[in-house]
Amino acid sequence: MTSTHTATVALVGNPNVGKTTLFNALAGMRQRVGNYPGVTVDIKKGKLRHKDQTFEVIDLPGTYSLSPRSPDEMLAVEVILGRRNDEPRPDVVVALADAANLERNLYLLTQVLELGVPVVLALNMVDVARNQGLTIDPERLAKNLGVPVVPMQANKGVGIEPLKEAIARVLSNPQPSFGPTFPEAFEKEVGELAEAVGASTPRYLVRRALLDVGGHMEQLFSRGSDDGLGERLRGARQRLAQAGCTVPGVEARTRYGWIHQVTKDCVRKPALRHVPYTERIDRVLTHRVWGTLFFLALMFLVFQSIFSWAGPLMDVIRGGFGFLGDSITKVMTPGPLRSLLVDGVIGGVGGVLVFLPQILILFAFIAVLEDCGYMARAAFLMDRLMARCGLNGKAFIPLLSSVACAVPGIMAARVIENRRDRLATILVAPLMSCSARLPVYLLLIGAFLSPARGFSWWVPGVTLFGMYAIGLVVAPLVALLLKRSLLRGETPVFVLEMPLYKVPSLRQVAQRSLESGWMFMRRAGTLILASMIVVWALLYFPATNPATGKSFDLEIAALEEALTSPREEKEQLEKELDEMKEESKDDPRIAELEKKLNEVNAALEPMEKKRRDLEQQWKGQSALGRFGKALEPAVRPLGWDWRIGMAALASFPAREVMVGTLGIIFSQGKGDAGDEGFREGLGDTLRAVAWDDDPQRPLFSVPVALSVMVFFALCCQCVSTLAVIKRETQSWRWPIFTFVYMTVLAYLGAFVVYQIGSLLV
Amino acid sequence: MPTLDQLKLGDRGCILAIQGEDALVQRLYEMGFLEGEQIEVLGFAPLGDPMEILLRDYRLSLRRSEAARIFVRYPVPTPARRPSEGDA
Ligand SMILES: Nc1nc2c(ncn2[C@@H]2O[C@H](COP(=O)(O)OP(=O)(O)OP(=O)(O)O)[C@@H](O)[C@H]2O)c(=O)[nH]1
Ligand SMILES: [Mg+2]
Repeated sequence: MTSTHTATVALVGNPNVGKTTLFNALAGMRQRVGNYPGVTVDIKKGKLRHKDQTFEVIDLPGTYSLSPRSPDEMLAVEVILGRRNDEPRPDVVVALADAANLERNLYLLTQVLELGVPVVLALNMVDVARNQGLTIDPERLAKNLGVPVVPMQANKGVGIEPLKEAIARVLSNPQPSFGPTFPEAFEKEVGELAEAVGASTPRYLVRRALLDVGGHMEQLFSRGSDDGLGERLRGARQRLAQAGCTVPGVEARTRYGWIHQVTKDCVRKPALRHVPYTERIDRVLTHRVWGTLFFLALMFLVFQSIFSWAGPLMDVIRGGFGFLGDSITKVMTPGPLRSLLVDGVIGGVGGVLVFLPQILILFAFIAVLEDCGYMARAAFLMDRLMARCGLNGKAFIPLLSSVACAVPGIMAARVIENRRDRLATILVAPLMSCSARLPVYLLLIGAFLSPARGFSWWVPGVTLFGMYAIGLVVAPLVALLLKRSLLRGETPVFVLEMPLYKVPSLRQVAQRSLESGWMFMRRAGTLILASMIVVWALLYFPATNPATGKSFDLEIAALEEALTSPREEKEQLEKELDEMKEESKDDPRIAELEKKLNEVNAALEPMEKKRRDLEQQWKGQSALGRFGKALEPAVRPLGWDWRIGMAALASFPAREVMVGTLGIIFSQGKGDAGDEGFREGLGDTLRAVAWDDDPQRPLFSVPVALSVMVFFALCCQCVSTLAVIKRETQSWRWPIFTFVYMTVLAYLGAFVVYQIGSLLV
Repeated sequence: MPTLDQLKLGDRGCILAIQGEDALVQRLYEMGFLEGEQIEVLGFAPLGDPMEILLRDYRLSLRRSEAARIFVRYPVPTPARRPSEGDA
């Protein structure tokens, strides 16, 4: 090794063997781990220091074999072979194997051995193997395999140092490694084929061409002009079949035969198979009846707890922002700047940040589910339903992850081998209710469907569950349509390994939810803040009252000033009156007080009306107001007025913006009471809003609230999602398609809900 | 010859052959479905599909349509721990 070159260490292994856990331990990183196959979908890199050396470590997506069927699977092979210009060829490959499932894990190792790179075998999960009564002799295994073997327990950091030493040793003294020998007839065909394709194609890929029927290499070979390579491959396979080495079986027989030889004198298994606790748990959790019931109960628990646990924390945040708004209102003079700070920044961004506790709870739940191993069971339970829609049970994991956020969900769809299926999954994943919708749901459910509004205690949880259920039902239906039309193709294979259950690691869960909480706050500070400022400005300007030539803002502030003492007087009178009535019904002073109150009211009412009119006029003639009113006919059928319509439109960058925008639209222009949205909660503000043309009729009702929620359940107001779809599909066509179809669905859904709802109420 | 999907809960069988050469079959081979291996049916999902199988000390789930490609010898004599190698 020359000192100028940083050696590269690649981690390869089956899905879920702990590669990322090891990567994090080696490179001090915090990449995501989870207890189901297919957590890592990207190549991740980090630096590893050992004594005075520095290595680059790369974490590859898990794979059962190096027999590429798709360009995605080809990636790992090409990286190890050093055939990618953007990635250096690894100097050492650390192959991870699950000690409790050694034979199958060594299959991949036998393929790695053929790539001509020095290999170290990291024998992970030795704790699990021990618990199952397996004993493995690492020294003898190393001798048989011809590569160093390091027993380890990556999640506890056991074996990290010896592994580093082994890597350094192999680097300074690379030994060629040898895998199993294939039958002679096979090697002969490979040799002839290699000659035909030329030396630029590594031997391993030539083998793949022969072994992977319809695989990536065969496609590459047959595509290349008319050199007859495709024909040759078929001929070779036929000859091999006659010689008794049928493709593809010959590979598995050769490799597993070798593995058996290598392990038979160093692995001891208990005479009777140890039934792990996992299997006992699964007798219930994957049971036809109990498993399904458990799944539903679990979902309900998640949603109900989002409501019941977050309250106190929310109050703290709300109180903080309320106080901030109050203070600013007190120290600043009325004007655009104060309005921007109080209405736009604190009202808007604060309105979104109030939901941080819920987001944390949701992510913690998902992290627990992912880490304990339940995700694979959910995929197992749901596969039949998914298959009916032409999808794979594996698609359930990306869909369920999308409940946290569609962006990682869409990326998780990479585990789906079939291109058409993967695309279908990507296109429907944004339909799953993500955490960004949560603020919208919570706001509206809290304001209109809570026990405080006379509903039973379970209504909020069930409504929220219902919103999530919309996604859960609509996504497969859309997938079905897609698979019947644009993405026609057969139902793909479903071979899924069931990981062992484990107690979720507290650190893991805390880390993931804090990370997501941080992401959420960052979004609030950037994307959402920016949208808020735009919305605020569009709603503030033009700010001059054409009738008087003065600024609306100042006029309202002046009016508020004048209103303060009569309002206080009124409040005082009402309180006295109530107290008096409580004491005795026929106190003669009651009539007197009532008269006085009526007088105060009579004086107050015209001023209040003037104030309302001013506000309405101001918003109506603002840029947003004019545009919104022009568009109002389009949203009327949904039960919305222009303000709701604009709030929905403005949330194109991110759904949470809706909550902030509602806050701005309905609180801005209230002058001194600019932060009342916070003191009373935005929900109370919304309940008090009336239609512009009929101050007696409340703008929001249960059907309107539901229509807004359903719209947000189905729409695709999220630039990050659209961007990730573009990245994953490499084309603009699909994000545009997704946006259009989801918006149409959302509109129709909201329309139906509102129309039916108004008939019932 | 019975196929794997015809086995019931708790049944044990021994793999005789796998039919075909497509991606599914290759994947099955890679996962260790090999002639001579023993398998046990551990369970079925709510609608009877997919099924859960014990193979080489690990558990995986398969659709019945996929399991139908695997021919098995069934019933097999008492649970022999290790299959003898070189049956291929
Ligand atoms: N008992 C035990 N669990 C481990 C060990 N190493 C990792 N784990 C756990 O195994 C699970 C899978 O770990 P990951 O690091 O996500 O696995 P991966 O290989 O990166 O998986 P993919 O990205 O899906 O390919 C996690 O829940 C880890 O906490 C170990 O030595 N013993
Ligand atoms: Mg990983």
